[in-house]
Amino acid sequence: MLELIIVSTLNGVLYGMLLFLMASGLTLIFSMMGVLNFAHASFYMLGAFFGYQLSRALGFWPALLIAPVLVGAIGAAVERYGLRTVHRHGHVAELLFTFGLAFVIEEVVQMLWGRLPVDYRVPPTLDFTAFTIFSTNYPAYKLFELLTAIAIFAVLLLVLTRTRAGLIIQAALTHPDMVAMLGHNVPRVFMLAFGVGTGLAAVAGVIAGPALVTQSNMAGLLGPILFVVVVVGGLGSLAGAFAASLLIGLVQTFAVAMNVSLADLLALFGARLAPDAFFAEITQVTVAQIAPIMPYLLLVLILIFRPRGLFGTRET
Amino acid sequence: MSAVAQTGVRRTGRGGALAGVWVVAAALFAVLPYVFSSGTGLTTMSLMAIMIIFALSYNMLLGQTGMLSFGHAVYYGLGGFLVVHAMNGITAAHLPVPLAVLPLVGGVAGLVFGVIFGSVSTRRGGTAFAMISLGLGELVGASALILRDFFGGEDGITTNRTKLLHVAGFNFGPQLQVYYLIAFWCLVCMMAMYALTRTPFGRICNAVRDNPERAAFIGYNTQSVRFIAFCLAGLFAGIAGGLTAINFEIMNAANVGAAPSGIVLLMTYIGGVGNFAGPVIGAVLITFLQVMLSDATEIWQLYLGILFIVMVSFAPGGIAGLIAMHAPVWRARLLHRLVPAYALALALGLVTFAGAALALEMAYRLSAGSEGGTAFRFLHVPLDAASAAPWSLAVLLAVPGFVAFRRVLPIVGNAWAATLAEARRGRGR
Repeated sequence: MLELIIVSTLNGVLYGMLLFLMASGLTLIFSMMGVLNFAHASFYMLGAFFGYQLSRALGFWPALLIAPVLVGAIGAAVERYGLRTVHRHGHVAELLFTFGLAFVIEEVVQMLWGRLPVDYRVPPTLDFTAFTIFSTNYPAYKLFELLTAIAIFAVLLLVLTRTRAGLIIQAALTHPDMVAMLGHNVPRVFMLAFGVGTGLAAVAGVIAGPALVTQSNMAGLLGPILFVVVVVGGLGSLAGAFAASLLIGLVQTFAVAMNVSLADLLALFGARLAPDAFFAEITQVTVAQIAPIMPYLLLVLILIFRPRGLFGTRET
Repeated sequence: MSAVAQTGVRRTGRGGALAGVWVVAAALFAVLPYVFSSGTGLTTMSLMAIMIIFALSYNMLLGQTGMLSFGHAVYYGLGGFLVVHAMNGITAAHLPVPLAVLPLVGGVAGLVFGVIFGSVSTRRGGTAFAMISLGLGELVGASALILRDFFGGEDGITTNRTKLLHVAGFNFGPQLQVYYLIAFWCLVCMMAMYALTRTPFGRICNAVRDNPERAAFIGYNTQSVRFIAFCLAGLFAGIAGGLTAINFEIMNAANVGAAPSGIVLLMTYIGGVGNFAGPVIGAVLITFLQVMLSDATEIWQLYLGILFIVMVSFAPGGIAGLIAMHAPVWRARLLHRLVPAYALALALGLVTFAGAALALEMAYRLSAGSEGGTAFRFLHVPLDAASAAPWSLAVLLAVPGFVAFRRVLPIVGNAWAATLAEARRGRGR
């Protein structure tokens, strides 16, 4: 039991930190431009596939540097030549634009790499057991993922709060007109922020690709969860995104490990349903089976009981 | 928006003209199977009619009330599943229920789930509603894979439409009979949804879309307006789902998933959200492209996505919006003035597109996703993607074509501005 708790906590924090790598970029972009970037998870997928292709040609470490830069450049170009044109049609058009972009990126990835998973492996230098708790061998690559995510988080925090560029970004979040008045090029700040945000998503893709499955549906699987994180945390709140990322990471990891169903719970109280009763199937579903829908259940609960999200300041 | 405003001006004779439109639509539905009598023709038209209902129901949200939903397939799919189960139950119990009324089961299912999910999701509009609809869509889509008894997992649940009570000799075995059943429901739903846009409620929906604060200020509860619109959209989506179940005799978990939710958004938006006819145009066009392009190319969804992005960026009114834009020019009989500029732009656009499409097709042949080798046919010309000649051709078509197209755009803009100005002057005289 203790083993389960420790390992699940580690995995949950790791998954949560990966979610936060993406959610932070998404939140920054949202608070700046008011655009929820539907294609954010698509940039994570591009990161994974670029990482795969580059690591085959150059090795993992160069890929870890180059792939995010490439994806970030694509992101900046999308902002400069796509979103900025659509902006005059309003927020719904912007959201639809990013939706179309997600659709196109998925098709392009499918076109270039096919529908089947690609063989993106953990680099040999990191392919060993870091430590053993009880009987579980904890792989070093997971530890590396966790440390990378934490390091990026720390750097991001420092840049945002302690540097001049960070101050300008923070000011542009709330008072874009004033910042422009002071002589800063706000559209360029937006473009750079979009580029950095998508680049961060790509970092998550490069390091998560070998551990998870690198496949053309990975954006479609992760994208909605990312939105859940942002809404649960409170739209536009970085601290909220952090808390919600960890929460969802932990909830999903623990749920997978739990093999309990409603029927077991009922049996504790001596109640038993006939197996062919109408709702019997629902009671037999285990917690592990509903792990994929946990984030969405959480979303619905949050919306009913706390519509502004955990740390949100405004009714969304 | 514009259609409502324009037809509202000419009050006299509106009823007569409107009745005429519906008579023409009914006649079209009746005659079309004799024009396109092939098997593919019939199945395509059945699908189009279903998609017209689905897209129009979606537009009750996006176009009429301004609610962007990413999970509309929930009501479509659940309606379909309820109809499949109802059909199987009716067959098993030998109940005297004719097939023709079963889409109502789907409609009621859509309405009930609309009430349940709508009470959670319509509290807010805008981006929050979009996100919640996405979450609910994922919730139901993922649950469909877990609850295998009800949704049948990836295999789905099958049924047999010919086993129900036969009325007046119709057993609904042949596709033609099914087509007429679908066409009937399509016409009824179109009329009902159009009538709804003309009621005070329909107008209040428009007000909530355009200016929620002001709608609230004059005493309407925007939340309940959104909720009612959402439930009604669920009702019609459920009917469309029920017809899908009857048409294919199978429903599977993919029917409630993200894919149909995305497709309905694409077809509605490409057709045009600001006009009642827009979703109809979009449903017909996209279904046609789905059937035709999926035969011609493996990467047709990519073209669809690119078309969508182009429409969002440059023609937010959709195809119907583009057509409606030309109405004043048409009335002033000046449309011919635009033909040269349009023909030039269209020709250059087609050249650019041909080059880009050729490059995309070849990239696909060379990639890991392709299974058929590098030889392929482009517009019936056999080509090899591994050779240099077609690549140079693609570049020669696409790059100069695009440069010239960009040069021509201001010419088209000027021609449009000049013609529109003249049309307005002509009407003022």
